[in-house]
Amino acid sequence: MKRMKYPQSKSSEITPERIWRERRQLLAAGAWLGAGGTLPFIGGLAQASTADQWPALPAKPNNAFMTMQAWTDKKDVTTYNNFYEFGLDKSDPARYAGAMKVDPWTVQIEGEVAKPGTYGIEDLLSLSAMEERVYRMRCVEGWSMVIPWIGYPLSDLLNKVEPTGNAKYVTFVTDEQPDVMRGLSSSVIDWPYQEGLRMDEAMHPLTLLTFGLYGMVLPNQNGAPVRVVVPWKYGFKSGKSIVKILVTEKQPTTSWMRSGPSEYGFYANVNPDVSHPRWSQATERRIGEGSFGGFFAARQETRLFNGYADQVASLYAGMDLAKNF
Amino acid sequence: MPRLTAAQVDRVKPALFLLGLLPFVRWVWLGWQDELTANPMEFLTRSSGTWALICLMVTLLVSPCREWFNQPALIRSRRLFGLFAFFYAALHALAWAWWDQGFGLSAMWQDILDRPFITVGASAFLVLLALALTSSGWAMRKLGKRWKWLHRFIYLAAPLVILHYWWHKEGKNDFQEVTIYGILVALLLLWRLVGPRVMARLRPGIKKVSAN
Repeated sequence: MKRMKYPQSKSSEITPERIWRERRQLLAAGAWLGAGGTLPFIGGLAQASTADQWPALPAKPNNAFMTMQAWTDKKDVTTYNNFYEFGLDKSDPARYAGAMKVDPWTVQIEGEVAKPGTYGIEDLLSLSAMEERVYRMRCVEGWSMVIPWIGYPLSDLLNKVEPTGNAKYVTFVTDEQPDVMRGLSSSVIDWPYQEGLRMDEAMHPLTLLTFGLYGMVLPNQNGAPVRVVVPWKYGFKSGKSIVKILVTEKQPTTSWMRSGPSEYGFYANVNPDVSHPRWSQATERRIGEGSFGGFFAARQETRLFNGYADQVASLYAGMDLAKNF
Repeated sequence: MPRLTAAQVDRVKPALFLLGLLPFVRWVWLGWQDELTANPMEFLTRSSGTWALICLMVTLLVSPCREWFNQPALIRSRRLFGLFAFFYAALHALAWAWWDQGFGLSAMWQDILDRPFITVGASAFLVLLALALTSSGWAMRKLGKRWKWLHRFIYLAAPLVILHYWWHKEGKNDFQEVTIYGILVALLLLWRLVGPRVMARLRPGIKKVSAN
């Protein structure tokens, strides 16, 4: 297969190599700290979301999937989250997700596949080689981050279960733990949270089945123990804490489509030219960018398919992106 | 409870002024502590909006309080609360103009035209601006009878603010907080309609202090 080429970043967005190497070394030492200056927490557990350290998750950097933009601070990546199962405020997930039970964990795969079954998290962790990839993440709300994820292509798993000829769509179902997920009592979403992709999107090499970030296993608030990351779509498409993967012939109705059919479509591709009914998507605020709290940093222009147009635009050839928003 | 005098209310006003500054002081403190969240611009935009609404509600609470507690002198605190509502609303509008629109005049105008929730918020802000500009004793004398007519527009501004907030929250179906604020504002406005009757029934000893 042709090696992926990445669009060049603006020079101002590129992290100097020396700094990048220093970050890598710190990562290797398992002591990378956010610039927020939290103290290292030795022996932290995945269950302790307030702790700064989760167990390390070794992975080989995949240089074909490295944007060299400055990484968003780990503190911001792990404390500024939308994970409505734990509350609507962006600080809620970091505050409450620690109570989520992530071990043992299984993912049920069913539908239009020759080999349906239930996979333990250990099976999934060892199913393919772990890669580190740095992706931009654009939230539908108009902010963005750059995050070093760890995982492998979702296609590695899907190929294993052998999709049938009728396999056209994939649905990801997030876990429901009513005793610890205080957000489930709200009616914002028809729980459980469901997101979906077209089969070719799910099989695309950019679509990552994700188990870690910043050199460690996923913190609970980031979707532990396993999630998907689809970098050319708005963040809500990337389902967290997945317990079920359903392969179907019919297009699924996702949670947000049900919640606001005129506001959230099935595709949700990042697109500066297609406004959300309530706000423009032309620009975004890169979290943590700029000095003095970023107050003087201008918003940046949002790019079509979040800057991944070279890789994914062909998936939508001939489609009206404004209609299929 | 003894009737407060004008002088007594005036003596409390510096304390009320400091109280009104507390949200602002809190932001400075949170900024100092690096606690303005990962997205300080969004936090300050939303926080200033919330405090503008709270100050607006306190302003609307003055008349019911002076009637219920039979404390006509409380009227002397109302302008302070109203100006604080304007102060936080102005910061809220400034946050939008600066951080959302980069002070681009055509972008701002387009945003007001394109997005109903911005249209409504901007309208409410215009009302508060007009009320703030005519809040001085000089403007009051100059406007005479029309002053009261003009300042009744606060009864329009408050529901506009709720609608602005409601439409903002509608994007995520998250109506819990705005419902609470909406009910409180509705009660404050309802008082203007049924207040005299409620007073006559529940507080028969108290004469109407003045029309508002």
